[in-house]
Parts: sequence; C-alpha cells; structure tokens
Amino acid sequence: MSQNAVSSMALPLSQSQAEKLSQLSAELDPLQLAWTSGYLAAKAELPAQSRLPQTDSASVMTILYGSQTGNGRMIAQTLANLATAKGYSVNLQSMADYKPKQLTKETLVTFVVSTHGEGEAPDDAIELHQYLASKRAAKLDKLQFSVLALGDSSYEFFCQMGKDFEQRLIALGAKPILERVDCDVDYQQDVAAWQQALLTQADAILQSSGDSGSVVPFQQATNSQYDKFNPYQAEVIVSQKITGRDSDRSISHVELDLADSGISYQAGDALGVWFENSTALVDEILTGLQLDGNTDIELAGKTQTLQQLLLQHKELTQLSPKLIEQWAQASQAAPLLALIDDKPALRQFMLQHQLADLVAHYPISVTAEQLVSWLRDLTPRLYSIASSQQEVEDEVHLTVALVADEHQGELRYGGASSYLSQVTEGQNIKVYVEPNHHFRLPENPDTPVIMIGPGTGVAPFRSFMQQRSALGHGGDNWLFFGNPHFEQDFLYQTEWQQWLKQGVLTQLDLAFSRDQAEKIYVQHRLQQRAKQVWQWLERGAHLYICGDANRMAKDVEQALINIAMQQGGLDEAAAEQYWQDLRSNKRYQKDVY
Amino acid sequence: MSEQKLAVNEYLKTDSDYLRGSIQQGLDTQVTGAFSDGDQQLIKFHGFYQQDDRDLRLERKAQKLEPLYSFMLRARVPGGICSPQQWLAVDEIASSLTSSNSIRLTTRQTFQYHGIPKRNLKTLIQGLDRQALDSIAACGDVNRNVMCNPNPHVSVLHQQAYDWAKKLSDELLPHTAAYAEIWLDKEKLLSVEDEVEPVYGNTYLPRKFKMAVAVPPDNDVDVYTNDLGFIAVAEAGELIGFNVVAGGGMGSTHGDVNTFPRLADELGFIAAQDCVEFAKAVMTVQRDWGNRVDRKRARLKYTIVDHGLAEFSAEVQQRSGIQLQAWRDVVIGDRGDRYGWVEGENKQWHLTLFIESGRVKDTAQGMLQTGLREIAKIHQGDFRMTANQNMIIANVDAADKAQIEQIAREHGLLRAELSATRGHSIACVALPTCSLAMAEAERYFPHFIDQVDALQQKHGISEQAIVVRITGCPNGCARPFAAEIGLVGKAPGKYNFYLGASYEGTRLNKMYRENVDEAVILTELDQLFGQYAAQGLADETFGNFTVRTGIVNAVTDAAKDFHG
Repeated sequence: MSQNAVSSMALPLSQSQAEKLSQLSAELDPLQLAWTSGYLAAKAELPAQSRLPQTDSASVMTILYGSQTGNGRMIAQTLANLATAKGYSVNLQSMADYKPKQLTKETLVTFVVSTHGEGEAPDDAIELHQYLASKRAAKLDKLQFSVLALGDSSYEFFCQMGKDFEQRLIALGAKPILERVDCDVDYQQDVAAWQQALLTQADAILQSSGDSGSVVPFQQATNSQYDKFNPYQAEVIVSQKITGRDSDRSISHVELDLADSGISYQAGDALGVWFENSTALVDEILTGLQLDGNTDIELAGKTQTLQQLLLQHKELTQLSPKLIEQWAQASQAAPLLALIDDKPALRQFMLQHQLADLVAHYPISVTAEQLVSWLRDLTPRLYSIASSQQEVEDEVHLTVALVADEHQGELRYGGASSYLSQVTEGQNIKVYVEPNHHFRLPENPDTPVIMIGPGTGVAPFRSFMQQRSALGHGGDNWLFFGNPHFEQDFLYQTEWQQWLKQGVLTQLDLAFSRDQAEKIYVQHRLQQRAKQVWQWLERGAHLYICGDANRMAKDVEQALINIAMQQGGLDEAAAEQYWQDLRSNKRYQKDVY
Repeated sequence: MSEQKLAVNEYLKTDSDYLRGSIQQGLDTQVTGAFSDGDQQLIKFHGFYQQDDRDLRLERKAQKLEPLYSFMLRARVPGGICSPQQWLAVDEIASSLTSSNSIRLTTRQTFQYHGIPKRNLKTLIQGLDRQALDSIAACGDVNRNVMCNPNPHVSVLHQQAYDWAKKLSDELLPHTAAYAEIWLDKEKLLSVEDEVEPVYGNTYLPRKFKMAVAVPPDNDVDVYTNDLGFIAVAEAGELIGFNVVAGGGMGSTHGDVNTFPRLADELGFIAAQDCVEFAKAVMTVQRDWGNRVDRKRARLKYTIVDHGLAEFSAEVQQRSGIQLQAWRDVVIGDRGDRYGWVEGENKQWHLTLFIESGRVKDTAQGMLQTGLREIAKIHQGDFRMTANQNMIIANVDAADKAQIEQIAREHGLLRAELSATRGHSIACVALPTCSLAMAEAERYFPHFIDQVDALQQKHGISEQAIVVRITGCPNGCARPFAAEIGLVGKAPGKYNFYLGASYEGTRLNKMYRENVDEAVILTELDQLFGQYAAQGLADETFGNFTVRTGIVNAVTDAAKDFHG
C-alpha cells in the first residue's frame, strides 16, 4: 500500500495520523499486517464487547483453542479479528470453557490445538479431546471444521493432537473444509496462509452480515496496547542472583518497571520476553563459519548486517530439525545424517547441542544468505510472573534460571536465560503479558490452596502469596518446594519465612534432593503428607503444579493419583477420574514447561 | 522489696525441662537452619553453638536467603586424650558432615567442628557416640571440658593426675537424660519429677565453669586462668595431692570496668582423694552464691571478689568437710609444649606436632588432616591434644618412630622452622563464624606472628619465646590477658594491645594501647624489642621486662588494678 493511497482513502484521519499509519504499514510483514487489521477492528468493537453474536449459529464461526504457552490462543485471536473484520460473527473460546455437546449445533468450527511432550494435549484441551473419543460423543454430520495443529517437529509425535482432533471429528461425521495444517515452532508463514485460505472457504459456508461482525472477546483480556508483536520496553530495576555462592545453579530475581505502560497482569500470568543472543555466541558462530558479520543481508524488505540479524532476529540456541537436516546435507557428516530419520535420537541431539556445536564439530562452507535461510526466527520466551500487582503495583518480577549445559566440554547457555541473567539495572527489555486463564487463584478468598512448585516453578506461587497477603485473603496456603541444596537453593527463603510467621502461609514442605544420601523430591513429601493433602482436598482445596513438565510434573501427578487411591479408597481409573473432575472444576491447574 | 529480675538465661534453664526446651521441634523444622532464640541457649549445654558465616551476611540478605547458619560442636575429651580409632572417626565425621572440612583443636584440649548444618547434628553426635565420645556439657553453664597436662614423658605421675581429671569430669557431668533422648534416640526412662541434678539443680550454674589439672613445672593448661585449678604435688614421683586455686577466668567486656579477667587465688593443699568432693563444694557454693542477675558478673571470680576469699574458702571447707592444708612449694615453669620427639620414663617416645591455631585441615601449605589420618591408621599409642592447640602422637615404640616421623614430614606436620614465639602462641577462631568476634584472630595470626618473628630477628632476640595471644573479643578463649603480648579484637583491624603478663602465666597483663591497628602495634613492638634487647636482664622474659621497666604496671589484684 503506497503512502498516497492512505492519504486519499483515510479521510477520518488527520494528516499526521495518516502519515503514522503509512509509516507503520510499510514496516509490517504480511502476517503482521493481517494481525494489525484484526487488532484494529477488534479495538473499534470494544464498547460492544459484552454483546454476544445476535445471529443464529448458522452464521457464527466458532474458534476453539487448546493452548499451553499462549501461541495457540494468540493465533485464534488473530483469526477471530480477521473474521470479525470480514463481517462474521465469531465465538472465540478456550476448549476448556466450551461445552462439547454444543458441537452438534455448530456450522463451522475451527480448532487450534497444540501438542506437548510426547504427543500430549495442553491442559485446556484434555477434556474435549477425551470427549471426542468417548462413547458419549454425538454424531456431527452437519459440522464443517478446520484444524490448525501446533507442534515441534523435533518431537516424535509432532502435532499429534491436531491429528487426533481431525481423525475423531471425521469419525463422528464432520467434514474438513481444508487440509489440516501442521505448524512447527516457526509457524508464522503457515498460519498466515491458513488463515487466508480458511476465510476464503468460510465465505461459502457462513453468511457474512455485511457489516463488521462481532467477536466474543477473551475474558479479562489485558487492556494494554502492548503484546507479543508490540512489546513494551520495560526498565530493569533489580537483577539479583538469589542462589547462594556455592550453588550449582544460577537463578536470578529480576524486577521490571512497567511504569505508566498501563500493562496489567494477574497472578498466574506469564511474561513474554524478547531477548538478544549474546555477542560472544554470535562471534563464535561467525568466526567458526568464516563469515563476515558486516555482510548486508536483505530480509523481508529490510537490509541488516549479518551480525545484527543473528543477534536480534535469529534463533541460535535451539536447533530445529530443518537446520540439522540442512547441516547434515552440507557437511555429509555421518552422525548428523543418521539423525534425519531417527526422531528420538534427533530430539536427544537437539536437547544437548546448539548451532555453535554444529559449527565447531561439523565444519561446512556456507554463505551468509544460506545460513540465514536455515535459521528460525527468534521467538520470545515465556516466564511465569513471580509477583502480584496488588503487592508490587507497577512492577513485574521474574525468577530466571540460567540454562547452562555442559556437553563434550563445551558450556552452552540458554538464549533468554543468559540474556536475563546478564541484564543490568537501568537497561530496557522488550516484554508483554501472556495471560494464563488456567492458572488462577480460587475466586473464593477462603478456599485453601496447595501449591507444588519446585525450582523456578515456585515463581507463580510467590505471586499467589503476594496477592493473598495484600488482599488479606484468609484461605489456607500450603507450598511444596524443592531444589538441590537447602543452604544454596531455597528460592525466596526469607519471604516464605515471613509469610509463615505472619500466618499467610499455613504450611511449607521442603524437599532438598542433594542434602542427604537418598534423593528426596516434592513428590516424596506429598506422599508423606498424603493424609493431610486429602483432608485439604476434601475441604475444597485447589491444587497447582508449576515447573518442569517432563519429570517433576509426571512424578507429582503419579503421587496425586496414589494419594487419591490410598486416601480416597479409589481404584486407579477412579483416581484418574477424580483428578480429571478437579481439573474440570478448575480446582487442579498446571503451569508446566 | 520487689524480687530482682534474673538474667534471661535463668528463666530459660528453669523452663527447659532439664535442657530439653523445644530442641526437638527445632530439629524437625526444615524452613530454617537455625534454632529458636531460647533453644540457642540450651543447645550449648548439649555441646554446640549456633553460628553463621559473617562474611556472607549481607550477600545472602540480598539473595533473599537467611544467614548461612551452621553449628560449632565441641567434644568433651577430658585431658585431651583419644585413641587412634577415635581420631579416625573424628576425622571421617569432619569430612562427611561438616562444611568446614576441618577439625579445630581448642585451647582447652578438645576438638571442635565448624560448619555443621542443623540436619547433620544428630548423625554427627551419634557418630561420636559410637566412638564413646560426646559433647555433653562441652559448652553451657556447667563444668566444661576438664583439662590436664598431657605430660606423657612423666608417665606415672601423669596417669595419676589424668585419672583424677577424668573422675572430676565424670562426677560433675549433668545428669539430665535430655542429650540421650534427643540425640541418641534413647527412651525417656524417668518422669521429670524423678529427674534430679544432684549438684546442679534445675537452674545449673550461673555461668560456665572451667577446671584444669596442672603437673608442675608445666603450666601449659594455664591453671590460674580457670575457675578451679588443681596443681599436682608429688613425692618421689607419686601424686600425693593438689594445691588448689580458685577464681580465675578471662572473660570481660570492653569498656565495662565491673568486669575483668582474673587469675585464681591460691587456697591451699588437699589430699588427692578429696579433690572430687572439694570440687563439688566449690561448684555448689558458686551455684548458690553466684550472680544470676547479671551474666557478665556471674563467673566464680566475681563471687569470690564480692564475698571475699576467706568467706568463700570457709564455706567450701564447711560444705565439703575437707580442711585446706598449707600450700606446698611447687615450681611453675613454662606454658609451652615440647616440640619434636621426647622420650618418656616408660621408654616410649612422644612426638609433639605444632598445629597453627589448632586448625587441622588440608591446604596448599600442608595436608595436616590427611597426615594425622595416616598416622592414626598405623599408630599404636594415643593422641593427646594440648592446651596450646597442638597434637602429641604419644606412646610410640622406638621401632615405629621413623615411620611416623616420615608421615608427619610428608604432610607438613613437622615445620622446618618454628620460631620460639610462634610455638608458644595461640589464637581463637573469631571471624567468620564466631558471633562474638569483633576482629580477626585465627585468620590473622600467621601473618602477625611473621611480623613479630621479623622484629625479634631484627633485634637479635629470636631465641626468646614470647607468649603472644590473639582473640577476636574480650571473652578470652585464647586466654589473651595472660599473654606477654595480648591482642584483643575491638573492631575490624583494631585491637586493644596488652603487655606485661608473666611468661609462666602467674601474672595478668595490662592494656598498653587501646583500639590500635597493626601499624601502631608493630611500631610499638619495634621500639619495645629494641629496648628489651638493649636493657633486658639475663634470663629476663619480655613480660617481666615490660613490668620492671615500668612500660606497664604489674597487675596483682585484677579487681582493683587491671583497669586504670
């Protein structure tokens, strides 16, 4: 769109507004443009937010998302904005909030669903996923649908949830209007194409109302102008290591000033952080590949130096299958070639290596342009917020563990964590709030809560405690925390002691795994307290897990099932159902990664 | 007249259920590495103190971590004698259960551990128990570890003196079963009503109580600095009894002239077999007469000053039914240890090793801990910890001498050069673990002695041993007020500087300069050594020289002349 076009079209805008719009639109890539159009359309609708679609279901596009990290939710939101702009009425919901029986009344439903770990559903999709496979599931002859699957191709069960949803919907008689799209970590182009195709197809199915449509907005959407693609530049006001000097781990407490940004968040939300790669790492890669950092590269209409691109825009600390495949072909290195068709081995390799290791161990000759084309775009990382605005007002606090892995004598750092561990007070970093509606304190201030958060998983529970303490909420609070060493790794020790003393924290159980011969973890403490945990649950307690998804959360879940079996006299299936029911009632929530 | 409010500790003791307090709950609490304030007083009776790494206080506060709490546990080893098997266990415990990875030999002939996390206390005490070692009453308001000159070369007399020291320790041990219950998981056998402390009662003593047995001419135990001292009197190499001294003690408070260090008064002679009953009487008089309102004036020395020696002595004789006889002539000679090999009367050999500040640790300077462990693995005799923080490998067959000496040499346990002064000097632990310390002591000691050595060399007086003692505070663990050169910490890098004690430990020193730094101290010493080299009489010790020439006045009655 040329600048002239804007000024001639944009009669309601002042000259300077029109200029700003032109300037902005020139900077945006196609996806960003699409998103912005939806965003502005939704913005224009704000006063009518509470209005539900007036039209009957035949003209409503229902968009359901199952999302763990917020990407799915964001894609669903963008689609809703685009659809609304086109004049459709949209019903946008988390799968967790949607009544499955309702599907029989729908005309067109879009499913955006992510896959985690070894083919697992995000928490908010579990119930719908189970329903579709159950005998209770009703025929869906009249339903047309589309599935957008999100995943990580380095896992064996890539986009498994999307495949499951599609397969089950077809089995129930529903008809896909598009081929399923499986998106990898760098999903932006695929998503943009899918959204366009979907909206084109939708024309034939839904009647557009002609005017701009309506969208059922998110509950409690942040009312800030800042989000993933328009992050806020927050000033670092505190950056403090909070593990002791003899700790094996480097964990930092970072406080950011939101100042007058208007950004608000709730206990349980995450903060998205855009980071830059370290100059040392970029130098190592450039030197290793004998590339000149000053080489100009043109990408998406912009020219930048290779160094700039690697520092700010390209993913260097997480490998992708595509990159490994390219590298394998270029180097013809047998160990890499062997990975291409062996997903478990590939996954393992990716966990233990970075681009810099490829550069060091499998030398290739590559041009700057090739390298850039192989690399994914940098994506922001999400951190569970460790503060409550009821306590800290215009600040947001994070608990950041420096990811440092030694492999073959090389120490490699996580991209965002090394960036955040090295930020200095006064520096600005780009952030946005990623709401997590599925990790919330109970509405009733007197409801007891059990919080299981070893390691940095303790972060949201600090926000919970700040919130309950600041608001004077009287419900009992019980924390299970663990880490390797009591003296070195007891995150926020003095704060927990204070809350205990004040009676805000009712009970604190600790598992320091390396302080004795046998390893003790939070699941062991849970098991030891089984009777009391059950009593709390009988009293209506909400239970939360935050932290490592792969090992801790699984072990804790097993302990919880055991507790339900032992204390509740349930068999295994009933115990699983017990927790499923608690999950449905929002009494059992997880924030694991 | 309203009843006077007692010192806080008195109520703690009374309410403690014979020293149990809430120690068990404190052990069960995981959220802190500390005990409650009240229990922190009670745990001393069980042999350990709560400490924290003072170097890290501010750093950890910023890290939202509590201070790095740990515990210093002092064992009870009457006379400082332990077997090689015991030493191996002591050594293993230091490596596996403490963060300091070292053993500290103390100025009272025992060893202590630093850096024990709370969760390891029980395991550690059980480990000691398996070797028939314990820490009961190693600290607290009770009779502490009983010292006895280790004198292995005078084997018959030493054995007799040692047997009495051991008996004094055993007889005056608290009777409470709290230690066995809490640490050794022993069933509670008695109800509280049945539990009695025949000597102590349920409030124990007003303050700590220290005892030592000296065997002249050695005074390594610094017998006059004890609450109660027994000086062995022998006839034809056999022990016949003791000269008894009472009312010594080092502890004082900077700036408080009501407090002062004091040397013990000479009471008279008693027969050897009466020593336990006599000691009990001294302790019960102190129990009943001692000051329970002001802990700073609660030691026996103040009881004697306040009541007068005659009244005190009469009361003790009356309670014990033992008449004091006339003081016997004895010669008190030297407070140092005999370094290197000495052959004893029993034809066994004894090797005294200099352990700087008593710190048994593997460092770049020497693998002392490993060396002692290797010796313990082959040694057939015993280990003796000295009052100068040193270690004697005692009772070695002539045939085994070479092997033990080789191990000692390989591990840096035999210093090539040990100055006379360094060999006679000691320091307390102080920073970073001791909560009372105002300045460095152990960590500063090697450097300071280097400077003193250099000055002695400069003035050609290196052959003369000078007793130098450094403490981080005026509590006096390294008996600084009985040193010819005493440095007592006042603030980081600043010390009160004392001169004038006798070499033998029979006269206290006096403050010469207040609150001065190293530069001032060394400048002064440079001048004083110059004068001493030029004007000292033949065989005149440095302490006597400073008094004779009026550099400081002699302290003869500390209550009146230590201050001012």
